[in-house]
Amino acid sequence: MLTIRNYVKAKSLEEAYELNQMKTNRILGGMMWLRMMHLNVGTAIDLCDLGLNTIEETDDEIILGAMVTLRQLELSACLNTYTHGAVADAVRDIVGVQFRNTATLGGSIFGRYGFSDVLTVFLALDTEVELFKAGRVPLAEFAAMKKDRDLLVRLIVKKKPLQAAYLSMRGSRTDFPILTCGVSRIDGVYRASIGARPGPAVVVEDETGLLAGEITEESAAAFGEYVAETIRTGTNLRGSAAYRKHLTKVLTARGVLEAAAQ
Amino acid sequence: MEIKIKLNGRQVAASVEPDMLLIDFLRKQGCVSVKCGCETTNCGLCTVLMDEVPVLSCAVLAARADGHSIFTLEGLREEASEFVGFIADQGADQCGFCNPGFVMNTIALLRENPDPTDDEIRAYLAGNLCRCSGYDGQLRGIRTFLESRRGKA
Amino acid sequence: MTENHQPNRTYKTVGKTFRKKDSMQLLLGEPTYVDDITDRKDCLTVKILRSPYPNAIVEEIKTDVAKKVPGVAAIYTWEDVPKNRFAIAGQTYPEPSPYDRLILDRHVRFTGDAVAIIAAEDEKAAVKAMKLIKVSYRVLEPVLDMHTAKDNPILVHPEEDWFPPLPVGGDNKRNLVASEQSGHGDVDGVMADCEIRIEHTYHTKAFNQAMMETFRTYTELDRYGRLHVISSTQIVFHVRRILSTALGIPKSKIRVEKPRIGGGFGAKQTAVCEVYPAFVTLKTGRPAKLIYTREESQIAGSPRHEMEVTVRLGANKDGKIRVLDLYTLSNSGAYGEHGPTTVGLSGHKSIPLYTGSLEAYRFCYDVVYTNVQAAGAYRGYGATQGIFALESAVNELAEKLHIDPTVLRERNMVREGMVMDAYYGETANACALDRCMARCKELFHWEEKYPVRELGGGKIRCAGVAMAMQGSCISNLDVGSATVKLSDDGTYNLIIGAADMGTGCDTILAQMVAECMDCELEDVAVFGADTDVSPYDSGSYASSTTYITGKAVEKACTDLKQQIIEVAAGMLNCPAAELSFSGKGVTRMQTGEFVPLTDISYKIQLNSNRSAIATASSCSPVSPPPYMVGMVEIELDKLTGQVTVLDYVAVVDCGIPINPALARIQTEGGLVQGIGHTLFENVTYDSHGKPIENSFMQYKLPTRLDMGHLQVEFENSYEPTGPFGAKSIGEIVINTPAPALAHAIYRATGVWHRELPITPEQIAMGKE
Repeated sequence: MLTIRNYVKAKSLEEAYELNQMKTNRILGGMMWLRMMHLNVGTAIDLCDLGLNTIEETDDEIILGAMVTLRQLELSACLNTYTHGAVADAVRDIVGVQFRNTATLGGSIFGRYGFSDVLTVFLALDTEVELFKAGRVPLAEFAAMKKDRDLLVRLIVKKKPLQAAYLSMRGSRTDFPILTCGVSRIDGVYRASIGARPGPAVVVEDETGLLAGEITEESAAAFGEYVAETIRTGTNLRGSAAYRKHLTKVLTARGVLEAAAQ
Repeated sequence: MEIKIKLNGRQVAASVEPDMLLIDFLRKQGCVSVKCGCETTNCGLCTVLMDEVPVLSCAVLAARADGHSIFTLEGLREEASEFVGFIADQGADQCGFCNPGFVMNTIALLRENPDPTDDEIRAYLAGNLCRCSGYDGQLRGIRTFLESRRGKA
Repeated sequence: MTENHQPNRTYKTVGKTFRKKDSMQLLLGEPTYVDDITDRKDCLTVKILRSPYPNAIVEEIKTDVAKKVPGVAAIYTWEDVPKNRFAIAGQTYPEPSPYDRLILDRHVRFTGDAVAIIAAEDEKAAVKAMKLIKVSYRVLEPVLDMHTAKDNPILVHPEEDWFPPLPVGGDNKRNLVASEQSGHGDVDGVMADCEIRIEHTYHTKAFNQAMMETFRTYTELDRYGRLHVISSTQIVFHVRRILSTALGIPKSKIRVEKPRIGGGFGAKQTAVCEVYPAFVTLKTGRPAKLIYTREESQIAGSPRHEMEVTVRLGANKDGKIRVLDLYTLSNSGAYGEHGPTTVGLSGHKSIPLYTGSLEAYRFCYDVVYTNVQAAGAYRGYGATQGIFALESAVNELAEKLHIDPTVLRERNMVREGMVMDAYYGETANACALDRCMARCKELFHWEEKYPVRELGGGKIRCAGVAMAMQGSCISNLDVGSATVKLSDDGTYNLIIGAADMGTGCDTILAQMVAECMDCELEDVAVFGADTDVSPYDSGSYASSTTYITGKAVEKACTDLKQQIIEVAAGMLNCPAAELSFSGKGVTRMQTGEFVPLTDISYKIQLNSNRSAIATASSCSPVSPPPYMVGMVEIELDKLTGQVTVLDYVAVVDCGIPINPALARIQTEGGLVQGIGHTLFENVTYDSHGKPIENSFMQYKLPTRLDMGHLQVEFENSYEPTGPFGAKSIGEIVINTPAPALAHAIYRATGVWHRELPITPEQIAMGKE
């Protein structure tokens, strides 16, 4: 049972940040995950009144507020045009429309959850997070950082020339993924982000140039092999380490072919 | 803490605990159509409209709803009556426990997309579990409603 | 034959689709369920402290600190409860299930077993108090593997007062709930003579009913000081008896009613939670309510019996199935609810499908205690487990012999008129299984879909098939009753003890009244179920409501018509034999004199010594099986192991469907549950024997994106012992998906999966 002693709709990021320095206090995010914790929270800090629920596009960036919902991501024309629908593909099977209407981008990214489709797809893009104190940090770096009490304010996606695809493997359609896989080609270089390993998503770039030449079933499969060998997978309720390795190969290769066809 | 919510079109002021969930608040207010099926945001039974958007009332604090508009099925029976008879004609209401959440999300779907395809219906309602009907009867009901509405137009 | 027993008669109300009588209340969210209609301000919230160990003795339990939490009204432990053992299985007395429970037992037998009852003014106080109860456990080694349970030195129920009301082969000193052997013919001899033998073991898990409304009960003392129980239950009369035994108070002091129920599927055929708030109300005198969380429903509910069914099948090369030998090992968990009875169906409701060619059969079983969650009744009730095993074995035979599995079945299946040795010697008086198969093949386009079709990219399309049967009641045992009375304005009240749990029995039974009394459906008001008001009915389970209670309705109507005629005879001053009843009133045939029904009903209320109310009960010496065929087409991704269900076609013989729309929804709902058990829903345990899938986050029900397209049709037969030719529909429909899907998956991969669920990982990695 979650108990909360105080509830505050923060009036400013500064106020939210200050409140969040107390160990017993918590940023609410969408509250989807928090709701299930057996936790005694001192002050629940709600960022809902800070105007962080917008998606803005400039000439070279797409800027996403931390309180943007997963449903906004799914329906965002600019984001999905740019990513060839990869973002919509990443979120559309997450529980249900009602869930996605309150689950937030910030909550998904800040939690650095192993199962996160959201973290996986943004890692496949050239993404930075904007933290209240630490400023802009590449998402891959943020994903590897220890959790601290800074505030995640925005996500910034750099609009470089992009081909992208998103695939996941699930049991029932709206279940947590068994494996998530984002594949992209940015500035001519392929990368794959693999999540639900079951650990949080990690990025593997095509450093050896397996995909430098023509994209064929063979070269895509070779990159899949390479990614699978590079990442570490583990076992949990939803799948074994070996199956996840296997899925990494299959989904990465399929992702490459899909992206290359764009 | 004190909150003010526009509940089913009517201003309601109440004193709530900071950790009170919207679902518990709504049931206390007499809106018992709102059901809890899982406690883990998976079933869709507690769906209500918050500022016109369908949300899971088990994952929203009553405190966050302060200053917002909430609709439960108690406030939308007229709109629901346009189509629920078609669900009943299929016998797809069954035990009924998931019906209010299903009906609320169907209202949201039809407001957002008045003429959805079968796949769009399935996708939009995927977060509404039903253990009795096998889902196809609900789909047939919505489909028959849409066809009858088109016939009238 | 009475007037309605004409196979080709067309009916006015029966056999037609009507909305459920409660449809609009349910669809518009009116308050109709336990928690909606019990909002007394002084009501106590009841919570259960549960054991963290699968096998332990409560050495010491300290509640003094917890009792000081503001708002806590009472805390009860094993020391406070009566010492008489009872069973919570909802079954006819004397129950086959052993009396192996106390309200709270010092010996806790599964992770989640009840240790203490907390009653408080609100949930927060109850939860806080729960955390402050100090328990010292003497932790014992548990029996977690059902294979080693029988004759294990560790006993789940070592107590001396363990009591089996019926001899079912159980022995608590051997961890045996029940055990039996039955058979017909020379099994070993025929087996030795067969050209082909198949032997495999099939494993199904303790799947959860996962009805949307969890277990819940409200109790209060009514204005006469009696215990008034409002519970989400399928079995009001059994609950009354169980509470009487458990609490040690007379049945006259207890009233049990059920409002609308948010689904049951058998889960609520066991009194899972009723005793706790009832005990609180008796002790405190205050209203009390217990609402199980989803987690409690998952870990301390009443799920399916995990079973391992070993099939030995002997056949000739031409596909003639000559002998079947089944052994079932059933895991009853920590308590014996429904243990002795579910297991029987794994053989007796699978083997008879092959009556057509069978020369001999044997069926043996053991039901064991283990230290996991107790199992109970779940739609299909053992038949599902047995049919998965036998139908899979038959598909394995067909593939081995390269015979089309539908053709193989046509050579062996039970047909109308055959005597089914493995089904208690009953004759298949109404059986359209052959027509179900023919029609299903046609609808499904079997010839086109059965061959394996490669789509490229590792994707394959193919199909699988299975047959099924069930019963329509427990023969010579279940009693259904109905009261029908004439009301002022010539309308009727129907009062039943069967429980509509969403299935629509209130409506279909009212349809029968409307048919018998020649009136409109809206002229029949239904009420049920309430032990103070309803005539005795065993309750809604064993597929029996349409067949058994339906027959009682028919009988009651016949009686009521005669009563109405007799009142009219008094009014017309003529012998009753000269009168005939029509829906509008009574006519004297010779003279044309007519008395309207409203006049008759008012006559009863004025200067009258007659009433117009009839109650009838019904029991059946037979339990006519419904039959069906299911076919599934899947697309299988060999690389990921993903199975996508494309089409499921089912053709069902339920006799005459009383309300075709409701029968169809029953079928569709059952199919989707079966698909869930086969592909998504899993039950695994941690090292303490606690189910890991303890929420809907982990226990994955199929969503509407997971079940493909369903097509259901009916092939009618006419069951002479049923009301209007009806048999049953509620349970059979869950039985075909597992074997049909396992078959299709074999067609795609060449691997037989003999354990459920069949996960993408097992498929992709080629594990059996």
